[in-house]
Amino acid sequence: MPTPLVVSEVAKTFTMHLRGGVRLPVVVNVSFSVGAGECAVLGGPSGAGKSSILKMVYGNYSADEGQIIIKHDHGLIDLVTATPRTVLAVRRDTIGYVSQFLRTVPRVPAIDVVAEPLSARGVSTTEARDRAAALLSRLNLPERLWSLPPATFSGGEQQRVNIARGFITNHPILLLDEPTASLDKTNREVVIEMIDEKKKAGTALLGIFHDQEVREAVADRIIDVTQFAPGKAAA
Amino acid sequence: MTTSRSGDEPLLKVSSVSKYYGTRIGCENVSFELWPGEVLAVVGESGSGKTTLLNCLSTRLMPTSGTVSYRMRDGIFRDLYRMSEAERRFLMRTDWGFVHQNPADGLRMTVSAGANVGERLMAIGDRHYGNIRATASDWLGRVEIPGDRIDDEPRAFSGGMRQRLQIARNLVTGPRLVFMDEPTGGLDVSVQARLLDLLRGLVHDMGLAAIVVTHDLAVARLLSHRMIVMKDGHVVETGLTDRILDDPHAPYTQLLVSSILQV
Amino acid sequence: MSTGTIARYNFAYLDEQTKRMIRRAILKGIAIPGYQVPFASREMPMPYGWGTGGVQVTASVIGPGDVLKVIDQGADDTTNAVSIRAFFQKVAEVAVTTHTGEATIIQTRHRIPEKPLQEGQILVYQVPIPEPLRFLEPRETETRKMHALEEYGLMHVKLYEDIAKHGHIATTYAYPVKVEGRYVMDPSPTPKFDNPKMHMSPALQLFGAGREKRIYAIPPYTRVESLDFEDHPFEIQKFDQPCALCGGTDVYLDEVILDDRGGRMFVCSDTDHCEERREAGHTGHMSEEAAQ
Repeated sequence: MPTPLVVSEVAKTFTMHLRGGVRLPVVVNVSFSVGAGECAVLGGPSGAGKSSILKMVYGNYSADEGQIIIKHDHGLIDLVTATPRTVLAVRRDTIGYVSQFLRTVPRVPAIDVVAEPLSARGVSTTEARDRAAALLSRLNLPERLWSLPPATFSGGEQQRVNIARGFITNHPILLLDEPTASLDKTNREVVIEMIDEKKKAGTALLGIFHDQEVREAVADRIIDVTQFAPGKAAA
Repeated sequence: MTTSRSGDEPLLKVSSVSKYYGTRIGCENVSFELWPGEVLAVVGESGSGKTTLLNCLSTRLMPTSGTVSYRMRDGIFRDLYRMSEAERRFLMRTDWGFVHQNPADGLRMTVSAGANVGERLMAIGDRHYGNIRATASDWLGRVEIPGDRIDDEPRAFSGGMRQRLQIARNLVTGPRLVFMDEPTGGLDVSVQARLLDLLRGLVHDMGLAAIVVTHDLAVARLLSHRMIVMKDGHVVETGLTDRILDDPHAPYTQLLVSSILQV
Repeated sequence: MSTGTIARYNFAYLDEQTKRMIRRAILKGIAIPGYQVPFASREMPMPYGWGTGGVQVTASVIGPGDVLKVIDQGADDTTNAVSIRAFFQKVAEVAVTTHTGEATIIQTRHRIPEKPLQEGQILVYQVPIPEPLRFLEPRETETRKMHALEEYGLMHVKLYEDIAKHGHIATTYAYPVKVEGRYVMDPSPTPKFDNPKMHMSPALQLFGAGREKRIYAIPPYTRVESLDFEDHPFEIQKFDQPCALCGGTDVYLDEVILDDRGGRMFVCSDTDHCEERREAGHTGHMSEEAAQ
């Protein structure tokens, strides 16, 4: 399918019950699509709702209105109304996510954190670890760190674990939330290469990049999120 | 007869389960389905009804109304409370596990660790001492209890070790559904982390479905895919664990999430 | 004192209604081999712990034409055996014997006679604690459920612990058995040596526990299997030497201290059996000395 991800008229408002029920609209009327093999970047200033949109596409945030249509398992799924079970299946098979912060599980070594999305799909432990090792090498994470839990890693090291974990599968859709924020130039280049390879493989990428250099290197188009700001009348 | 992939069928169907104590509500109108390999956290504070619910689901307490249906190994759904007591007890020993908050409630304290793990095997008819002992030994290894403690009584174990023994005792018959009541309650923090990690690994490796009652959101985050939040006997929110914790909707859920102390 | 004013006992001491109650319990026990039937145990003219259960069972089944033998640890001549035999002579005026082959009812404490029993004989066991699971599960409510639901894993846990601690099953008496493949039963504190005798016996075996108020039974020709593990099968005790008096092998021996210099001999615990063998001309290496 040439357009694996279609977002249509999505809106989100936070209701803060602890502050007397004050409502904070985040975005309204969000509509865009991402094609296979392209990298679309969400652009706009901080607080405009870029991260929230990404999280809604992953099912981590709920959307109040609209539809998020993705191709999954030979059919189309609307993530907004999907059951938790379906969302879990979608994450396992269809949508990958490189989050901004690595939430670590105690005691699990970095290499297994990276290998986990493959094991969840039934790949053997040995093979999953081999592929994890290959990615970590590519991202220049020192081998002595592979068997350690990432909780004590530096920000850049944690981010590389995160990236490897997100890139290791062949999910048709990949979401990237500031994947290069703590990386040095060498590793930024590696990530740019990896994104390029994903594009060539037909993956639809949706990302947030504050780093201008990276953004220019990978973006096929920019989606300006300010057009979804609440209070702006839809044209 | 149409065959459906067993992954499509839930393992447990809970329908409008309510438990009243006179006019007092234990829990009210709880419904959900649980699939194989899914971990559901039931989160709430004291008095939320979460333990009452767990007991109603695990046949320890008969609900006032509602049904709990379980898919047996032959694929047929059975209403748990229409089964005979013998069948229920057999289920508890083979297909199910129940991990108590206080490990002493789920162990025989005056019997060796090996016998504790082997008891279920003996209860289902295993009669080869050597094999039983080998299986027990293997399980002690899997829950990270040193093998030379196999003949020691749990009375001599620390809290964390007792809890791990309880887990081994429950998992030795390869159950498909495990109920856990505050499995890390009362344990030191470092011990908790180790136990949670162990549980996570075992649940994943064995494809277990689990219902974990906890007041600790970190435990829910770590162990569960889905969550239900309870207050005063009612379900106030339900959904994906990470969605509820990152984007809580109900007022009570927002209160809970915001009350976590940051370290 | 003349006998005119002394109270006369009903035949075999118990009143007829009590006997009916006990017989009903016995019939139920026979119908469900190995199942412990509660009964309303009566006050007997001997304290608990002295065989009141066995005595009540015997009193309920005995008739004027019966021949009674009473043994205690295999011997006819210990205090308890003598008293109980005398008791029944007084209240039932039955014939008594020490010969196993001649008895129709044999009441026993903690042994089964060596001589194989015949059809028509009844063996009445005195039982202290009828519940085989008691030591591992103190709750009566739980043990009743376990029997009802055939949940006997705990019994094997006990045997497992034995092997783990001692390398072998260390239980040597009151060794648990499974009756007709269904109920697990405590055979009373008979040595495990005697367990095989219970299996497919032509005699009727009745068990009475007076203090605990339970009766159970093994009808004739019933399967009685001692619990064990495949790789630790049930084995009876073996003795290194034959009986010092009659030379009997494959019998259960008692150790008798002879002097204060450590002298000892091993003799048949079943006194009748030993006597019979000696009368038939068998001798043991201590026969002459013992005769002195």
